[in-house]
Amino acid sequence: MTPARRSTAWWVIWTLAAVLFVLHHDFWFWDDRTLVLGFLPVGLAYHVAYSVAAALLWLAAVRFAWPHHIEEWADGTTSDPNATSARIKA
Amino acid sequence: MMLTIAQASLVPLWIIVGYLALLLGLGVVSSRFFKGTAADYFVVSRSVGSFLLLMSVFGTTMTGFALVGSTGESFAKGIGVYGLMASWSGLVHSAVFFLIGIRLWAVGKRYGYLTQCEYFRDRFDSPALGYILFSILVLLLIPYLLVGVIASGRFLQATTAGMFPDTFVMTLPNGNPHPLTGSLPLWLGSLVVCLVVLGYVFFGGLRGAVWANTFQTIVFMTTGVIAFYLIAQKFGGLQAASAKLLESTSAERAARGSQIGQAQFFTYCFVPLSVGMFPHLFQHWLTARSARSFRLTVVAHPVFIAIVWTPCILIGMWAAGLFADGGLRLPKNPDGTPISNAVLGAVINQLVHSNVLSGLVGAGVLAAIMSSLDSQFMCIGTMFTNDIVVRTCGHDRFSDRQKVWISRVFILAIVGVTYGLAVYMMGDDRRSQSVFALGVWCFSGFAALFPLVFAAVYWKRATRAGALASVLVAAAVWAVLFYRDIFAEKPPGSEDEKLILGMMPVTFIFAASALTIILVSLITRPLPEATVRRFFDPDAGDRR
Repeated sequence: MTPARRSTAWWVIWTLAAVLFVLHHDFWFWDDRTLVLGFLPVGLAYHVAYSVAAALLWLAAVRFAWPHHIEEWADGTTSDPNATSARIKA
Repeated sequence: MMLTIAQASLVPLWIIVGYLALLLGLGVVSSRFFKGTAADYFVVSRSVGSFLLLMSVFGTTMTGFALVGSTGESFAKGIGVYGLMASWSGLVHSAVFFLIGIRLWAVGKRYGYLTQCEYFRDRFDSPALGYILFSILVLLLIPYLLVGVIASGRFLQATTAGMFPDTFVMTLPNGNPHPLTGSLPLWLGSLVVCLVVLGYVFFGGLRGAVWANTFQTIVFMTTGVIAFYLIAQKFGGLQAASAKLLESTSAERAARGSQIGQAQFFTYCFVPLSVGMFPHLFQHWLTARSARSFRLTVVAHPVFIAIVWTPCILIGMWAAGLFADGGLRLPKNPDGTPISNAVLGAVINQLVHSNVLSGLVGAGVLAAIMSSLDSQFMCIGTMFTNDIVVRTCGHDRFSDRQKVWISRVFILAIVGVTYGLAVYMMGDDRRSQSVFALGVWCFSGFAALFPLVFAAVYWKRATRAGALASVLVAAAVWAVLFYRDIFAEKPPGSEDEKLILGMMPVTFIFAASALTIILVSLITRPLPEATVRRFFDPDAGDRR
């Protein structure tokens, strides 16, 4: 993916996250006792679906907005995962 | 005249004993893989892959509340509890793992950090910040630990009621047998749990905790689903169970209505931000083999929460209907209200009548409690070793082997002190309740520190003074609101009111902390360019 497309994907993902954040407040189902599938109160069904939507959002995030550069940066100084001597002295 | 008590079946206890023995065995096996280095003991040589990271992080964030507390809260307040706690956590936890966890993993790997304090000290070039944070983090963790230790003792006591009628006799003031007579005493149940956790953490280090957490997560997820299936059958099936609720006088549990306020529902979003500053979770992040190891955790975490919480919310809701119709007996608080935390156990005992299921659920609840306890014990040992001893005596003063043993001694001491405090607290119901109230406040404390970690990771202009002021203001506002909730006199009728203007108190602590770091940073001298550049390279070329 080119940097420009990754940048677009990044903004799309975080815009969707903001939308999902707002959609959490489902005041429209607040007093509704309707049962979905005959057993699941609609307010609970909405939030279970919300959890699945959150997982799909994060799936898109790791697919399209992943910080690829960070892996190489992390390996920059400490190539040996056991090494602790490379610590910055405060 | 003395009433005789029939001995309860020992099957649940044997299942729990078998489970604890398996955990100890896992600890022994994990210790065989120990490479003898400090990095291996503290962060598993940064070698944990996707699956183990998912399971250990999920197990660490879920406590016994996920099974017992969620059922009880749903019983008392209805389905809104899921939106309040579970779906917010699904969105916010994964966001924190993605935005903060991966960045801190990278910084930790690049510079060899083992604790949060090391990172913040270097990021803001401030040893004072390191020491202040150390004190606050340990103070916030201790009540959290106490809650786990006391909860495990209480749970084992309730599970084993009537199993030893001649050995552990308890009587009421009027001379009649106590409902919990014949059960393991609190001190003994807590001691067993502490010793098992100590066993696999002491020898296996964080590898022991990661392996145990993985096993424990599998256990509590599986037992939760099995319990739900059997309980739903006893209710006559899913549809019949919900229909009975709607016909009962507790039908309001199927909606939110006035049981949860709108402002509370919204402002609860700040509470799950606490995972960004949990020191034990920070340590788990550092164990990742690569940034890619986080992917499964980020994606699967909301689904895992749904798998654990949805059945518990439904059971609690159905139990409310059953209780309203007189079909469920529950122990009562002194004020006559039913004890909501007893709902899951009562439903299993009175509906399913299965000793095997009681044992399995018992193992599941202990698994959820212990999967947090182990990481917390391990984390405090790591912090004392690296932030105090190594920091004070010099980084090169000790060999890796010595650091591991220093940490083990600290872990042993912390388990001992926590257990002693827990026994003292358990000696009095009011003291015990105050620990639970404090435990709830700990989450607010960690969440209030979130602006600090967010600014540290993303805001180059954040300054040392801003960071210090933010931490101190968060601590001060937390202390004032905590005092107001726990100790201050409240108007009659609002003694149990924890909300402020209908909102979660964490909203105000978070706002104070965030505003402070922004304002103070803007009016104080920026950190040297060289200091900042060390921590911001990961942004280069990522998305722009």
